[in-house]
Amino acid sequence: MVGPASCDRRPEKTQVHTHTSVRRRGCHWPEGQPAEDRCHLPEGGRDRRGLTRGFPEEARAANALTSDFWPPEMSYGRAPKMIHLESNFVQFKEELLPKDGNKALLTFPFLHIYWTECCDTEVYKATVKDDLTKWQNVLKAHSSVDWLIVVVENDAKKKNKTNILPRASIVDKIRNDFCNKQSDRCVVLSDPLKDSSRTQESWNAFLTKLRTSLLMSFTKNLGKFEDDMRTLREKRTEPGWSFCDYFMVQEELAFVFEMLQQFEDALVQYDELDALFSQYVVNFGAGDGATWLTFFCQPVKSWNGLILRKPIDMEKRELIQRQEATLLDLRSYLFSRQCTLLLFLQRPWEVAQRALALLHSCVQELKLLEVSVPPGALDCWVFLSCLEVLQRIEGCCDRAQVDANIAHTVGLWGYATEKLKSLGYLCGLVSEKGPNSEDLNRIVDLLAGLGAERPETANTAQSPYKKLKEALSSVEAFEKHYLDLSHAAIEMHTSIGRLRSAKFVGKDLAEFYMRKKSPQKAEVYLQGALKNYLAEGWALPITHTRKQLAECQKHLGQTENYLQTSSLLASDHHLTEDERKHFCQEILRFADRQTDSPGQRIILPLHCFAQLRDLHFTPSTAVVHVGGVLSVEITLCSQMPIPVHVEQVAISVHFSIEKNNYRKTAEWLTKHKASNGVINFPAESPPCPTPQSQLPAPELYEVFERSPSDNSLNTTGIICKNVHMLLRRQESSPALETSSGVALDDGAHVLKCSGVTLEPGANRLTFRTQAREPGTYTLRQLCASLGPVCFVVPHLYPPVQYDVYSQEPQLRVEPLADSLLAGIPQKVKFTVTTGHYTVKNGDSLQLSNAEAMLILCDAENRAVIYSNAREKASDVLLRVQSSDKVTSISLPAAPAYHVIEFELEVLSLPSAPVTGGESGVLGMTESQRKHKDSRSAGHCMATAEHKVSIDCPWSIYSTVIALTFSVPFRTTHSLLSAGTRKYVQVCVQNLSELDFELSEGSLVGPDSSADLQLVPLNTESPQRIYSKQSVFFVWELKWTREPPPSLRCHFSVGFSPASGGQLSIPLKPYTYEFQVENFFTLYNVRAEILPPSGMEHCRTGSLCSLEVTITRLSDLLEVDKDEALTESDEYFSTKLMYEVVDNSSNWAVCGKSSGVISMPVAARATHRVHMEVMPLFAGYLPLPDVRLFKYLPHHSAHSSQLDADSWIESDGLSVDKHVDDQPDGGRSRAGAHPAPGGEHRGLPMPRLQALPPGQVVNASVGAQVLVVPSRDDHVLEVSVT
Amino acid sequence: QNYPLYIRSVPIENELKFHYMVHTSLDVVDEKISAMAKALVDQRELYLGLLYPTEDYKVYGYVTNSKVKFVMVVDSSNTALRDNEIRMFRKLHNSYTDVMCNPFYNPGDRIQSR
Repeated sequence: MVGPASCDRRPEKTQVHTHTSVRRRGCHWPEGQPAEDRCHLPEGGRDRRGLTRGFPEEARAANALTSDFWPPEMSYGRAPKMIHLESNFVQFKEELLPKDGNKALLTFPFLHIYWTECCDTEVYKATVKDDLTKWQNVLKAHSSVDWLIVVVENDAKKKNKTNILPRASIVDKIRNDFCNKQSDRCVVLSDPLKDSSRTQESWNAFLTKLRTSLLMSFTKNLGKFEDDMRTLREKRTEPGWSFCDYFMVQEELAFVFEMLQQFEDALVQYDELDALFSQYVVNFGAGDGATWLTFFCQPVKSWNGLILRKPIDMEKRELIQRQEATLLDLRSYLFSRQCTLLLFLQRPWEVAQRALALLHSCVQELKLLEVSVPPGALDCWVFLSCLEVLQRIEGCCDRAQVDANIAHTVGLWGYATEKLKSLGYLCGLVSEKGPNSEDLNRIVDLLAGLGAERPETANTAQSPYKKLKEALSSVEAFEKHYLDLSHAAIEMHTSIGRLRSAKFVGKDLAEFYMRKKSPQKAEVYLQGALKNYLAEGWALPITHTRKQLAECQKHLGQTENYLQTSSLLASDHHLTEDERKHFCQEILRFADRQTDSPGQRIILPLHCFAQLRDLHFTPSTAVVHVGGVLSVEITLCSQMPIPVHVEQVAISVHFSIEKNNYRKTAEWLTKHKASNGVINFPAESPPCPTPQSQLPAPELYEVFERSPSDNSLNTTGIICKNVHMLLRRQESSPALETSSGVALDDGAHVLKCSGVTLEPGANRLTFRTQAREPGTYTLRQLCASLGPVCFVVPHLYPPVQYDVYSQEPQLRVEPLADSLLAGIPQKVKFTVTTGHYTVKNGDSLQLSNAEAMLILCDAENRAVIYSNAREKASDVLLRVQSSDKVTSISLPAAPAYHVIEFELEVLSLPSAPVTGGESGVLGMTESQRKHKDSRSAGHCMATAEHKVSIDCPWSIYSTVIALTFSVPFRTTHSLLSAGTRKYVQVCVQNLSELDFELSEGSLVGPDSSADLQLVPLNTESPQRIYSKQSVFFVWELKWTREPPPSLRCHFSVGFSPASGGQLSIPLKPYTYEFQVENFFTLYNVRAEILPPSGMEHCRTGSLCSLEVTITRLSDLLEVDKDEALTESDEYFSTKLMYEVVDNSSNWAVCGKSSGVISMPVAARATHRVHMEVMPLFAGYLPLPDVRLFKYLPHHSAHSSQLDADSWIESDGLSVDKHVDDQPDGGRSRAGAHPAPGGEHRGLPMPRLQALPPGQVVNASVGAQVLVVPSRDDHVLEVSVT
Repeated sequence: QNYPLYIRSVPIENELKFHYMVHTSLDVVDEKISAMAKALVDQRELYLGLLYPTEDYKVYGYVTNSKVKFVMVVDSSNTALRDNEIRMFRKLHNSYTDVMCNPFYNPGDRIQSR
């Protein structure tokens, strides 16, 4: 401190007005407490210069050391914050003390400090105390409670004045006198200019105190200010409340926050003001008008846009302060402040967003408040503002940032473009001629409203002001600016993916170009936009854009495109009827005009003119024979609003000869093309709205697939016929507007329909054609010509085709029933398919007769003629003439491609199958008649095939037709013996489905000699033989002489269908020939079972004796002469083998069951064999079988091998069957059994030969023996088989 | 996708303008949807908020989980609609669902309320 002596008595109140920066690190400050304060620094009797010089440095040094945590007082819900507070020290003046209601917060004295150097009690009492009291009173009068008294002590001074009171006393005095219970209000600062630790300490204590007090005061006053402000706000409903006044108050708060660098809070203040004002405007709109608001409703006279380059636009602020601001002024000022704060906060993008909202809302508010605005003024204001905001943002960000945040600014660009456009339209800058005088006046007015350019932008070349002025100055300049802006906007929209917006701006641009008569530039934009709308199916925009495009194309002279667009527009339902008619007329006019000049045709797709709905063939199979007439009927749905006369509608047809000729036969087609011949076409390429509904509904059909052979159901299911429509990929953009290079197909085959008037809506057109060449015709294109204009469907889809076929005449003969039966009249159907041949009167079929097959000629044979489509054409009597060799059938006259059907009865003469399974020729002289006899074991009928050769009138070749007849019967015979009496049994089995009547069965021998007689034992009356049943005939064979070893017999029986009624011709009997051999009985075999001796009956389990007696009945006969016969001394004997076999396991044969005996060949020669058998069951048991074989010696030759095999096969006797059961018999016959393969070639073995059944009579066949159960047999087994 | 399902404007005169507006606003809808897709899927907010302020109209958007978009254009001067749009959209969504559930309703037909 300098000049301590100057500490004089007269305390000089000094106001030190200094800006002191008080940095508080870590000081928790109630948030929102103001930033800048002014301190009153009253100083008691000290040289202030020294103080002011010394203090700041010290303060700075001290502050670095301290930190304060300030209790959050009056925080209005704000969190504590670190703030930076700057203070000014000024000399105390009473005038500076705030008066009641002072709203200036920035100049508010927060803390009053009294400085004194006094150390003398006298001095204190004399002056300082009074001065202090006065000071205190002044403060009290202004209700200021924030003060501080600083006592500066100086050691130097003490030394000078020795008799002074201890220094504490002064301080104590002061504390006593003034700091009533607030002793901390007095601070001692000792030796401030010395560099001692004491000085340092006292400085620290002082600064801490100063800071605390200052902050406390600041907090308190700020809170009070805010309270006052809120109170003022609450008064806003009172009359006389002024928004501008309130604005100033709250802005003060905002300033304070800004100064404290609490930009967020400052912004809040402005936002509150903004919201308050907006609310008032809204309320005003609702009829609740505040009086102060009317002031803002004054007409807008200036529209110079936002000014954002200055932090505070003092000019506007003053206007508000003076309550002279207009709405735009207020808004501009408010926004410029918000903008400044947001930029401080590093939120430039929010500025852009807010700016757009502000501009929109300003426009709205002006409208709401019904402020009168000259036309175009707002546009100017908005335009300027947009550019100002954009330039401001660009000014504070680098290029990359701007590019990355286009999304935020693009709205402003768009808005500016829009506004400039409307200005251009308003001022006639867009028209071709340029502005007229009225427009010029308007321009002058608008420019006047802009005022002079602001000084801060005056040097900028691209300032919004300059831009607007330039743009309005001339047509060219406007164009340049407008194009610049538009392109910029489009580019930005595109770059951030807002394609639709880009297209929309582009459309505006196109409109502009159209106005400027440069359609070629407009076209690109229109096409682009249209493509976009089409892709997304927006009907109204499509229509509108298309309309513009049409105009554009018209100007450009793109005839083809124009016509296409016109046709699309003419069919557009979103246009009015008149507009549609207009476009339709455009097409017609063009068509008329160009008729004379030949040459170039204009090809357009048909779908915009008319739609092909369906196509219908008659006949519905879409198949015609050569020369036949085919008609195609199409439904064409005209989209035009008026009837249109079309010169010609043509369908071009592609012809191909198809290889698969089978396809072209009528039968195949009638079978396969069961559809009704209607082909539906899907609605083509939807240029219309709601593509969802344009998707065709799935066409579902049931499918039954039947097996071709028996028509049984193989597969069934549902198919979707238009899968290709439903599942195809949605093409993103059908390029409709560009004329797709539709090539007109000039095929040789064209279906035409001339001079048609297409009414709006559905039209049916019929094309007729006569089929010429056979082949497949595919419909390719549909073309409606209107003078030089052709509307074409380039490819008909789904593919449609018809077939033309040519068919050779055909004759088919087939049985009416499943199979033909021989022997009875059967119906056969003749089908003549005439094909390309026309049957004339007198044409006949010549049938060369087969001998064994008769053609029965009824008087009432009728032939039916059918047309190709199976429609009955006529029914005529058929004449059939039969001669020996030839049957001639006169065909009725029939046109080509018809079918003649008739039935004839044929009769196959039955023939007897031959015995023994051998095929033979029986009474057959004709080579054509072959008799096939297959007598297999099954129930198949024997068949006979008859071939008939038929000469047809259309061919030089004969047609050979084979008819197969089945013999309905199968006949078997058997020889029955009873001792020496012989019977012949014939069994007739009916294999057919029919019942027959059999009559006059007869059997005749080879010659009717008296020594052999066949005595019938049958009924004379006719017998009915049912289907699948048999009838037996029996004859007894009697002879007088020794009969021949074999006998040939001929069996014949008459038959006729049981339900046949009267037959026209007598039927031939059924015959059967066979041979009976070895029917003479040679041996009699008799078996007898005797109970054990002493017993009455046989018992189970006990042995009984079996006695077999074999008796020779005749002397040597022819048949005996074989290898088994041995001769010794004219005494003949033969070797026989017997075998006892019990097939039913009733008996157990004990001991040998078989043996070889030598039988003398003489009548009555008898051989007896005994053996033991044991009955296994009780009851009447049949005797075991006794079999007799011829025992042939082995012979070296292999020749008999076949015989050996044959007997085993032929008699069906299984010899080895009992080998396991009867080991004895098996062993005995082991040698007799021929092993398979060639084994017995080297080992000659005896062979067995069964005696023919006629030669052996088993006398005891059928005999039974009573077997009683044994007594001790407790278990009775009963087998049921 | 982005095909108009149903458009209806109450004043008929400027229908075309609204069509353009709604169409253009789809840009913002797409933008917001793709921005949202990056956020948590399950917490997706259906309401898209103000899409597209213009001088005279406000365009609000709403997208359902099946990506059916609702776009509403209201007059800016209609200050009654400030915060209630969400509820409006919810109601609209529900009604739309009801209409779509009606088997007799043909999509694209005019929706009528009795």
